[in-house]
Amino acid sequence: MQVNMTVNGAEVNEEIEPRHLLVHFIRDQLGLTGTHWGCDTSNCGTCVVLIDGEPVKSCTQLAAMAGGHEVTTVEGLEVDGVLDPIQEGFMQCHGLQCGFCTPGMMLTARALLNSNPNPTEEVIREAISGQICRCTGYSTIVRSIQWAADHETNVSLRSAS
Amino acid sequence: MQVPAPIEYERATSVAHAIALRSQKGDEARFIAGGHSLLPMMKLRLANPKYLIDINDLEELFYIRENGSEVCIGAMSRHRDLLDSDLLAKHFPIFLDAERVIADPTVRNRGTLGGSLCQADPAEDLSAVCTALDASCVITSSEGQRVVPMHDFHVGPYETAVQDNEMLTEVRIPLRPGGGSAYQKVERRAGDWAVVSAGAAVWIDSGIIVDGRVGLAAVGSNTPSIEPAAEALKGATPSEDLFQRVGEIAANNCSPETDGRGTAAYKTHLVQELTRRALRTAVARSQGQEV
Repeated sequence: MQVNMTVNGAEVNEEIEPRHLLVHFIRDQLGLTGTHWGCDTSNCGTCVVLIDGEPVKSCTQLAAMAGGHEVTTVEGLEVDGVLDPIQEGFMQCHGLQCGFCTPGMMLTARALLNSNPNPTEEVIREAISGQICRCTGYSTIVRSIQWAADHETNVSLRSAS
Repeated sequence: MQVPAPIEYERATSVAHAIALRSQKGDEARFIAGGHSLLPMMKLRLANPKYLIDINDLEELFYIRENGSEVCIGAMSRHRDLLDSDLLAKHFPIFLDAERVIADPTVRNRGTLGGSLCQADPAEDLSAVCTALDASCVITSSEGQRVVPMHDFHVGPYETAVQDNEMLTEVRIPLRPGGGSAYQKVERRAGDWAVVSAGAAVWIDSGIIVDGRVGLAAVGSNTPSIEPAAEALKGATPSEDLFQRVGEIAANNCSPETDGRGTAAYKTHLVQELTRRALRTAVARSQGQEV
């Protein structure tokens, strides 16, 4: 079947098998390997992408179901060579060790700051509670998101993502 | 790599279209809403539909509204919508208690009320919530609608009263004065399935429980409403002794099994204790106390 969607602002029109999962479509067919494929059971959250701005576990969505929608992957966070404050925050505060959970963490954080620009630590921890960091670096992830909240610029532009 | 077996996929554009497709394809077809129960089962070949009808575009099923003496919830309302609803928070705080501990925020962005009830997993929380609240399910076919009370909706594990030519479209919860409700869940880790959950709802008039119900999850092959618990609550005066007694009745009227989440004895203990706590909170809330 044919599927049309917007991925990181670009129109995508591809032939897919209906059973194809969104995570494999993004990685294998579009070549956007920033989205990681982890547990396959909607537990770990490393495969999170934004669909119409909302975090969704892409291992538990068919690519067909994303048709007609706007998908944002971690590659879409940077705009014209400028990193998203979330990405800056993860650099500044050592928000990753092995980096495997990072794409999902950053996209969930982006969606959180779009809806709540000044979240408390508790709200941040709740927002990322669907994601697992096996390095258990949660404190630095929380700090990275707080850094981004403190350095948020151009929120109106970001809110489209 | 886990992927579903080959399927055909079609998007429904209206409830009537969805039902027509389902009627045409019979038991080889399944509706897909959030997909967070169905797709994992398809990956494991525990569910093998040949045809998926995507109902995520059915705007007509996304609503939570008060309608006279009922609150009506469209079947496509997502967990997040239930958690964020001021109407549900006001009338049925049991939804907030439960939704805070169902999966995680990302999963709650997709999973739906209708999908949860139709999955009919005996450990699923919203079935226990709807059972405690004495909800009814509106099942629609091309012939019209029928309304099925919660205790007749689940006919077995993973089986519901919904036939091949039908669709669950709405859940209705009666609005009665003096109501209070609460939910208690014990899980191994945040976002997990319940070891045991207990929901309770009471309706109190002049210090007497006019009606009260208990709904349990993860205590056996079905999501039971404990009729003897309802009988014990009806006409009683709220007290710690009553909560204790109804907890014991609930524990004696379910059949949890030993598994990786705990022994049958531990789960039976949880039923008793969680029912007691849920009742205590439900009664306090019916009296306007913030709990």
